[in-house]
Amino acid sequence: MHENTTLAYLDPDSSQLVCRGEWDIANLVKIKKDLKKITWPKQGTLTIDGQAVTKMDTAGAWLLTYYLKKLSSSKLTTSLKRFSEQSQELLAMVSEHVSEIAKPPVIKRDSALESLGEATIQLLSEARDFLAFTGQLAFEFSRNIFHPKNWRWNELASVIDKTGLRALPIIALLSFMIGVVISYQMGNQLRNYGANVFIVDLLGLSILREFGPLITAIMVAGRTGSAFTAQLGTMKLNQEIDALNTMGVTPGQLLLLPRLLGLFITLPLLTMWANVFGVLGGMVMAQNMLGVTAYEFLHRFQLEIPLRALLIGLGKAPIFALLIGSIGCFQGMKVKGGADSVGTQTTRSVVLAIFFIIVADAIFSVIFSRLKL
Amino acid sequence: MTDHPIIEVKDVSVKLGGAWVHKNLNLTVNRGEILAIVGGSGSGKTTLLREMLMLERPHSGSINIFGKDLTKASPLTLLEVQKRWGVLFQQNALFTSLTVQENTAFPLHEHTKLDKKTINELAILKILLAGLPLDAAIKYPSELSGGMQKRAGIARAIILDPELLFLDEPTSGLDPESAGAFDELILNLQKTMGLTIVMVTHDVDSLWHVTNRVAFLGEKKVLCVDAMSELVKNPHPQIQAFFSGARGRNTQRMYS
Repeated sequence: MHENTTLAYLDPDSSQLVCRGEWDIANLVKIKKDLKKITWPKQGTLTIDGQAVTKMDTAGAWLLTYYLKKLSSSKLTTSLKRFSEQSQELLAMVSEHVSEIAKPPVIKRDSALESLGEATIQLLSEARDFLAFTGQLAFEFSRNIFHPKNWRWNELASVIDKTGLRALPIIALLSFMIGVVISYQMGNQLRNYGANVFIVDLLGLSILREFGPLITAIMVAGRTGSAFTAQLGTMKLNQEIDALNTMGVTPGQLLLLPRLLGLFITLPLLTMWANVFGVLGGMVMAQNMLGVTAYEFLHRFQLEIPLRALLIGLGKAPIFALLIGSIGCFQGMKVKGGADSVGTQTTRSVVLAIFFIIVADAIFSVIFSRLKL
Repeated sequence: MTDHPIIEVKDVSVKLGGAWVHKNLNLTVNRGEILAIVGGSGSGKTTLLREMLMLERPHSGSINIFGKDLTKASPLTLLEVQKRWGVLFQQNALFTSLTVQENTAFPLHEHTKLDKKTINELAILKILLAGLPLDAAIKYPSELSGGMQKRAGIARAIILDPELLFLDEPTSGLDPESAGAFDELILNLQKTMGLTIVMVTHDVDSLWHVTNRVAFLGEKKVLCVDAMSELVKNPHPQIQAFFSGARGRNTQRMYS
């Protein structure tokens, strides 16, 4: 009367629940369906026959235990018969825990107000931690500056190599293209007025004062700031930072200061490099589109662009370097827990660094315009 | 259930970093037994485990698990086999961004069509079976002690009710009490769930207490596979050196 695929059915003659087949996780959905179809008797005794069960795993045992518990809460008494020894052991093991499973713990979710408050407090404490971090670095710096034997020349050289030398091609390419774009956009307007040659003034001033330093700093924040955070964060997870501390070598001296100083040295140099290629890109475009020859361009460049423009641009670079380096290192040292945290802090590092670079640039603009520079 | 061996490693050779780690290595694991793989440092215990898990491809030879040659298996066949085994890694390899419950439930979400409630309840069941308290379910791995992380790792490894369980140094880094309790847990699970267990271990206590047979690796192959009480009598100098240290002798005295 029951097709062979049924895994559980109520035998009306003997009022037994017959279980058969493979009661395992693969069949769990099907067993559930079969059990749902059954109209359970309201009272009396129900015997559950397990002779035909060929395989039972914890999932199957859990389902049976779950139903037994549900049934026994009504007036029905249940008993098991002819289950294999292993199935009985499984059922016994599972039934020990079945009451606990019914009330799983839930993660407490904060209300909107609570999470806003928590975020605010976190922001403030992060600002305080950052202040403490920079203070500690300044202290380390002043402690080591007069002891040249404490200087980490190798570390410094490796940082300069990684953040400076290896960044040269990509910075050159990008600033060249920025020069091309600026020249193209401005050239269209200038041509309308026949003021082609003024491209030199526009290009020179905008690249040397703003675009060179800004684009380089943003590139380096993405390229180097993130690398600082990820590397220091992984070292922290790996307890390498703790190891250094116990050996009497402060991470500040060996890891943080060389990174900061290295970037402090390389970023102005990279900015200069970016300036050269930016102007070069603009010059190529000016010749092709506006008919301003390279000779004309360079001649006008030295007459019209004051040295001040270059110096102001280059002057911003060390400040940007300190921002990128300190934020990158700070976020790296804040990593705790696991891989997830490395990702979060690296994102924060890049976002915050770029944010503060632009804020600092805006402040510089205000200051310079007040000073009439 | 057939009496075919559950794992058959035949003539496996593997080269890592230019040097042969295994050369024509053979090993058979029978259904329902607990087999330990031991050997000195660098004898390729972990490499052997990684080969069985298909994380490392042997240069030659075959590895049969559940009667399927994994070295020639299609991704689909491999997946079928992967659903029937569970693995506990040495560092547990729990996903740090997920809670213990989410970690445990992960294979169920990936490989079954069960509803969310059932998945969660099964995950909780396995967490409890692994000997963790209920409130550990909503904690993240980093909030747990080393011993509890191991148990969470076991909970995830047995979530699909595997027939075969691989353990890589399950008791390393645990205090003697936790290690003992973990041995009991392994024995208990093996008995009730009918597991076959392959473990790499250095723990002499575990070797005596838990295992049915022990495979000793050396000279790029398996030197001897036998019950612990027989293995220690093997005259091979490497085996003698391994077990005749003070710790090995003390433990042997306790169990014999």
